[in-house]
Amino acid sequence: MNTSLLKKFAVATLLAGTFFTASAALKVGDTLPDLASFKLEGKLPDALKGKIIVVDFWASWCTPCAKSFPVLDELQKKYADRVVVLAVNVDDKKSKMDAFMAKHPVSFTVVRDAEQKLVAAVEPATMPTSFILDATGKVRFLHNGFHGEDTRKEYISEIESLLK
Amino acid sequence: MKYKAFLILALPLLIIGSGCANVKPWQRGTLADYTMRADRDPLGQAQIEHMWFSREAASGGRGVGGGGCGCN
Repeated sequence: MNTSLLKKFAVATLLAGTFFTASAALKVGDTLPDLASFKLEGKLPDALKGKIIVVDFWASWCTPCAKSFPVLDELQKKYADRVVVLAVNVDDKKSKMDAFMAKHPVSFTVVRDAEQKLVAAVEPATMPTSFILDATGKVRFLHNGFHGEDTRKEYISEIESLLK
Repeated sequence: MKYKAFLILALPLLIIGSGCANVKPWQRGTLADYTMRADRDPLGQAQIEHMWFSREAASGGRGVGGGGCGCN
């Protein structure tokens, strides 16, 4: 086997590897896609501009998501005038979300990404994943998963830093 | 000859690659279902453990609980 063939094989392997691992996940510094263009079920909050937004991707089958809800609710109540908590459900069936919401009632906005297009565009690494956006709509903080009190403290500290 | 060798190398790669199913984190609802748990049937598990112990003179060490959602 000559060198040229080996080179071709290496390129093919590299391309295949890139194809199977390529990711356009939303990361710190990026801007969240326009939510209005994703046909989300439910009403988006009216005044999102100029506010700090906590966007949380969750599913009813995800235990840490249930644990995160009281904390997100606390954040919404604590920073009611300057922070908007927006939970995006990614369940395949609305009935699952409704059953979950009946068990875990919250004061923040919950919408459903029925077609799973927003979540596919954002590509969260875990369930739940939350993004904290500054007043310009840029992602400033990213949380993969929910780790109880540690995550709660981080949320508060990060929101406080953005409010300064 | 070169072309054949290239095919021999590339074809398995293509077959193996196309067989991969990448389940995204938001698609793991089925994996997280109770029926996917290894410890969903305590009686059945106890019977298996008993047979295992009788045959191998060893017991335990059978992984961890939980579903397959990979949450956290």
